Order: sequence, then C-alpha cells, then structure tokens
Amino acid sequence: MTTTRTGYKWVGTRPVRHDGLDKVTGRARFGADYATAGMLHGVVLRSPHVHARILSIDLTEAAAMPGVKAIITGADLPDIPDETGTGSEGGINFRDLSRNILARDKVLYEGHPVAAVAAVTLRAAQRAAEAIEVDYEILPAVLSLEEAMEDDAPVLHDDLFTLGLDSPPDRPSNISRRRVIARGDLDAGWEEADVVVEREYTTKAVHQGYIEPHAVVAETGEDGRSTLWCSSQGHFAMRTYTTKVLGWEPGDMKVIPAEIGGGFGGKTTIYLEPLAALLSRRAGRAVKMVMTRSEVFRATGPTSGSVMRIKMGARRDGKLVAATAWMAYEAGAFPGSPIGPGVMTVLACYDIPNVLIEGYDVVLNKPKVAAYRAPGAPMAAFAAESVVDELAEELGIDPIELRLRNAVTEGVRAVYGPKYRKIGFVETLEEARDHPHYSAPLGPWQGRGVASGYWFNFGGETTATVSINEDGTAVVMSGCPDIGGTRAALAQMAAEELGIDVHRIEPVVADTHSIGYNDMTGGSRVAFAVGIAVVDASRQLIDDMCARAALIWDVPREEVEWVDGRAQSVTGAAAPLTLEELASGSGATGGPLSATVTVNPRGAGAGFSTQICDVEVDPDTGLVTVLRYTVVQDAGRAIHPDYVEGQMQGGAVQGIGWALNEEYIFDRNGVMENPGFLDYRMPVASDLPMIDTVIVEVPNPDHPYGVRGVGETGIIPPMAAVANAVYAATGKRMQDLPMSPVRVLEALSGD
Amino acid sequence: MSRTHVTCVLNGDEIDFLCNDYQTLLSALRDELGMIGTKEGCGTGDCGACSVILDGQLVCSCLVFAPEVEGRRVETIEGLAEVDHLHPLQDSFLEGAAFQCGVCTPGFLMAAKALLDRNPSPTETEVRYGVAGNLCRCTGYDKIVRSILDAAARMSDPERQKEAT
Repeated sequence: MTTTRTGYKWVGTRPVRHDGLDKVTGRARFGADYATAGMLHGVVLRSPHVHARILSIDLTEAAAMPGVKAIITGADLPDIPDETGTGSEGGINFRDLSRNILARDKVLYEGHPVAAVAAVTLRAAQRAAEAIEVDYEILPAVLSLEEAMEDDAPVLHDDLFTLGLDSPPDRPSNISRRRVIARGDLDAGWEEADVVVEREYTTKAVHQGYIEPHAVVAETGEDGRSTLWCSSQGHFAMRTYTTKVLGWEPGDMKVIPAEIGGGFGGKTTIYLEPLAALLSRRAGRAVKMVMTRSEVFRATGPTSGSVMRIKMGARRDGKLVAATAWMAYEAGAFPGSPIGPGVMTVLACYDIPNVLIEGYDVVLNKPKVAAYRAPGAPMAAFAAESVVDELAEELGIDPIELRLRNAVTEGVRAVYGPKYRKIGFVETLEEARDHPHYSAPLGPWQGRGVASGYWFNFGGETTATVSINEDGTAVVMSGCPDIGGTRAALAQMAAEELGIDVHRIEPVVADTHSIGYNDMTGGSRVAFAVGIAVVDASRQLIDDMCARAALIWDVPREEVEWVDGRAQSVTGAAAPLTLEELASGSGATGGPLSATVTVNPRGAGAGFSTQICDVEVDPDTGLVTVLRYTVVQDAGRAIHPDYVEGQMQGGAVQGIGWALNEEYIFDRNGVMENPGFLDYRMPVASDLPMIDTVIVEVPNPDHPYGVRGVGETGIIPPMAAVANAVYAATGKRMQDLPMSPVRVLEALSGD
Repeated sequence: MSRTHVTCVLNGDEIDFLCNDYQTLLSALRDELGMIGTKEGCGTGDCGACSVILDGQLVCSCLVFAPEVEGRRVETIEGLAEVDHLHPLQDSFLEGAAFQCGVCTPGFLMAAKALLDRNPSPTETEVRYGVAGNLCRCTGYDKIVRSILDAAARMSDPERQKEAT
C-alpha cells in the first residue's frame, strides 16, 4: 500500500530498474565474476585456535611447492600506530584493522588469518597453505561477555585500557570503553512511577548473511600502481583502507566496483583486498581471492552478541517517567562493537525525563564484528520494546496507545542530545493502530505483537555528475555501489528535474579514478545524499541550458524557462529548444553539457518504523510460525516505492531470522559449529508469509523530494515484535534470542 | 594431470569442454566455459545460487561433478531468454522488483522455471516450497513469490503472452 501523490512524473513511480536486465540474464558481474589472463589464485591460512601466541611460522616447504608464487605473513605488513580515526563509532583503528587482516604475535579467534599464498591454481595454493608450519602456544580464551568482563579474565590485548571510566584504570582489561548517557533525576523518576518493570535480555552474534562471499582480483604493476576489482559497499573506502594497511599511496590504487551481492554493513571493511594486492606485488601477476562460505562465517561480519538489563517506570496514566539501561556488546577480537548507537537508540523512541544508560564495548575471542544494518539498534530495541510491552500489559493500556502517549515528536530532545526535526513516529503508530491487521481475529496458540524502532540515518561526503549526450540522453554518475535499487532512484530524480524519460537516463556507479570521492553506501544515505547532489547537478545543467537558449535567441536569461525537458521562451518569441537540440549544438554555445556537484549534507531525516507480527506457536515442538506481518515505516518520500517496500520487507525478514533461528553456535573451545547455511538457519520462502508494507510519507525538509533513509530502520523492531507475539500466544516472555524451538519448549515446560 | 573431455547439450547447443575429475559443474561452467551467470553462494548445496536444470531436474551445480553431465542436457540462466524476448519469469522479476542485489536471481529464476515446467499454475504455498532451496537475503521473498505467481499467470494467458513478445 502506498500513499498516492500528484505533481510528479517520475518520483514515486515504479520503473523497471536500469541494471535489471543484466541481473535477470546472468550478465551482471559480481565480485567473483572477474578474471584476468594468467591470474594467480590466493588463499588464506587461518588459525585453528581461538587464542594463541604465534611462536614461529615456517614457510620453507610451502614456498618450494610447485606453482607457488608468493607467500605473505603478518611480518610483511607495516606496523601502524594505534590511533583511532576521528568520529564516534564510525572511527576505524587501522592498527587493529591491519592485525585483523593478518595476525602478528597472537591469533585472537578461530579463523584469524595467519598467512596468505598465491599460486598458479587454487589447488596448488591450498596445498601450499596446508604445508605452512605454524607453532602456537595456546592461551586461555574468553568466549562470553560475562567471562570477558570478569576482573581476573584472560586479557586479549595487554595495551587495552578501558576508556570512559570515572578514574583511569591501572591495568588492561577486555572492556575497551564505557559509554554513559544520563539526564534528569532518576530517584525522583522512580518515586513518580506507579509501575516498574526490570528484565535482562541476551542476544547471540548473527551474521549479515549476504549471499555473495567476499571476492577480489588485484593486479599490482612493476611501478607499484595497482587495480582492484571487488564488490564492496564503498570502493573509495576500500582504497583508503587497503593502501593504509599496506603503507601505499591512495592515488596509486584504482578500485573498480563490481556489482555487490548483498552487504548489509558487512562489506564496509576490508579482509582480502590488501592480501591480494600485496601478493600481486610480490608475484608480479594478478591475484584472485574468493572466500568460502565457511570463511565468511568464521572470519567476517557478524554483529554483536549482547547482554542488556532494562528497567522502566511509568505512571498509571501511561507516562514513562524513568528508565535505566545497562548494555554490554561483544566487539569480537578487537574493540569496536556498535555499543555507541546501541546506547543512543535504545530509548530514542520515547520522551522520558529521567534516564541513565550505560554501555560497554567488550573484546573476546570471536571474529571482529562488522556493521550490520542499523548497527547496535535491533538488539537494544528487542530489550526496550519488550519492556514497553510488559508495561502496557501491567497498566492495562493498549501497547500502541502507550507508545503514542510517550512518542517523540518534532522539537523533543532525543535522549542522546539533539532535538528531533520533522519526524513521522506518531504517524507510523497511528497507521499501525488503524491497520486491519491490528484488529484481525486470532486463533488458539496464536498471538500478536507490536514494536517500534528508531534509526538516525546519515548524509556523508558525496560527488555526483550529470552529463547530457548529443542525442539528449543523460548519464547520472555516482560513486556509491548500488545494493538495492539506488541507481533507479537517482535516475528518477534526474528525470523529474530534467523533464525526460527515466529510461533516457543511464545511471552509473563510477570507479575511484572516474569520479570524485564518495563515502560508502551505508547509513541509508544514497537516495538522500547522492539524491541531493544529483538534483543539484540537474538544476545547474538546466540553468546552463536556459542560458544557452538565451544566447541562441539573443534574449535575457530571465526570459527562458525549463518546461518538460525543453527551454522555452516566456514571451513566446522563439520556438522551444529541446534537450537534443541544445546538446547536439552545445559546441557552439560553450561546450559539453555536464555538471558535477559535491555535497556533505546534514539533515538526513530520522527514520521510525512500527511493525505488527502474528505468530502461531506449536506447543508440541516449540516451533514459532509467523502468520502475518506488517511493516509501517516513514520513508519521507518513496522515490521508487517497490524498492522502499523491498527494504522494509527485507529488513523485517532479517529481523525475523534473528528473532527465531539465527545464532553463532560455538563449541566449548570457541570453534564455530555452524559455519554454513545448513546450520546457520536463515529464513527461506516457505518459512514466511507475505510481508505487508505501509509507507508513511512525512517529507524530510532537508531533501528536495523529502527523502529519508529507508534501508536500515526496518530491521530494528522485528525481534521485539516477534517476542511480544510469542508472549501473547503462550503467556511466556522470551528474553533470550533466538526463540528457537528448543528455547520455546523450555519456556513452555516451565508451567 | 590428464583432464576429462565432456560433451553435453548446454542451453540447446552441443558443446564439449575439458575439466578435472574433481571439478564441479559449477566450476566448469564458470571457470572453463566463462558462463558466470551461475553463482556460488556456499559451495555446499545450501543456498541455491548455483541452481541449474539437468535433464529437466533442478540441481545445485556445486553438488554435481562436471564429468557427470556427459551426454546430458544442462540449462543455465544464460539460456533462459530467447533472442528477442525474455522468458515470462524474467519479465515478471523485472516488473515486480523481485530482486535487490541480484546475486541470487539466476538461481531463483532457474528454480522457478523448474517449478513452472512441472506445475504451470502453482499456489502461493507451492511457490514458497518450490524455491525453498534458494536463499535471498535482500527481499524477504515477498516480491519473488508474487513475481513467480505473476509469471505463471502470464504463461497460462495467451493474450498476455502475446503482449510480452
């Protein structure tokens, strides 16, 4: 269901996407689809231990094997100072990044890379990797947040001292950082509360689960200049990170973006890229590296497992008056969990006067976490929105009504600081409340749950170019990989501005040497930030074309306007000039028609989503089946509603997987037991119903068409929505994810 | 190392290629024949990205050894469209926005074709089970299921079929 609108020809329509034909015919080229003549194949030797000191690495036998052209270890990468880039959670520590790519003195998780080999065939490379002899001294490991945070826990990093404590620590710890948000007077808040609910929640590490494994082809020339073909969420970042880790100059590396087969945040960092580039430099040949699925699970991604304790108090009239949250997130082997956005978003939906939120970033012997769609927010919402549901029940207030009584609105100060600008949270709640789903009848062992979620969204550094070809067609060029239909959305905005058919515009994702810098495709930023740049560039072009028409007609510029893809005389003194005519004659009026705009826009409109879930629980098996699901989300303005719905549906289903099935399972030695899609159980089509969508449109005043990011918000409410539905069906509160059949049966047998 | 010579019918054409005995059909298609439309998502038969149709049967090409296709008929994504028009499934996927990143799409299209070949008018549930061996992480399956149902409707309606061509 989509709000219909008038006044736009292309914005809000559903054209076939420009890259669609290549994707339904098998012609689209993803990361692993590149090859060069004579290229070598690279593989990674990974640690079998979760925590061990590397005593020695003997390459003698491996290096002598037939077909082996280069081998590298941690000793081949430069030492990088321990400095975190500026910014909050987005900050990246290149020393840690380098050590995650190739272990130095210690391995910190099973799957941690120890060496990389390039050989003439994949088999030869694999055999050589097996012939590398590594001598390890096994160290005690920490595998849970509880263990890792204990005072006498084995420490992963001797130089890691907790930041953010009241007094500086005198010894290293696995807690890298404490984050605190506080406001108001908690004692007074609890005093005022008539009802208080306090609960503890846990979630497991889950993987982004993109279907395309990481892949790269690197070719480094004799002059040290290199080219990378790889799929990522940002080829400029791949260049920056890769050259930083190698100690090379960014300008010496060109990164050509492949089509990306899913990212969800997991392809915002590097793993294989510097290994392939350096192996290529050493071997003098191109090197291709592709991860196996097992490697993807064991050594990339996931997002944090967590432990959270939430306490909230409300007055009898439903007003939330006090809340505390204690949250600890697994960072994996190096600091940098999304605890920052976790503490910022956990209570961000509600206007609560008295608050204390405390968050901990904790390292342990598991793979380093990576961004995953609205990083840090979904688990936080699972906890907070479960407590809100309990409060609603205790107060005897409908859960949507309780949320409406406390919902943040324009001008309210967010718990983490700034005032909300124009937002549509209330509208999502009202649409959910009025949706037929919310009042549909339910059967036995069936239940309905609701939950909401908040995400910041992001702007970011952006370059876009719009050029007109001599036939009046246009090229819209950006530098942000298109994961879910952004090329179509950018073309639609340009078509709307230029007044030409959307399919006379070719949207292109250009490489690092063909367009100015662009931040990654992340933070749900592309339709917003790149959209602003494309609209600005289109408007500059229109202004330029009007000026040229004025020149041709010998009239003042003010007497020319742009209407329906043509320059038109306001006095009717001359016949209109079409885009084709202006473009084909542009040599005589000042040269080619092209405009480039760079922006770093603020005002990425905040996103809110409210979701309704119906489940049926099988009391004999504990299996939870989602019967019906509705996603209501504020998109600001849906440029291409199909792909906005797609983001909402895809996010919700990832959340349903997180809620019901997905988890990293480790044996007692910390080795992942389910590094494949058979045992890491992501939702399949037969698990699910249709996912109904309601696009709410509260336009973002800081975008020419009102766009808010839509990519991430949809994954935030599902776990709580499912848990609240399971409660409604069974009377059991599920506080630990996933709600797999065995856990649900355990809960049911507690009777 | 001696290589095995394999002859088969690929997308209607009799072809031959050389491969190693341990090589999968997936690897032969991609690495020996340059047909990169068939994707590898897991290599263990769990994701369906490498789905092809072998003698009318849907298979994961990562679970078939290349020499096994000797004398057999293989259909891949590259053979789905005709010279001047797409298969109705491809039209439906395009118009129904049935993919986002698109890496699972070739596998879904082959699985859907295998389904419609044996059941031209499936129910929603039959579609959901027909593609249950294919993972998509982007869409939540809603638009994929709708597009397959739409393609089935197109294929059984002569008027709409004419429209498409």
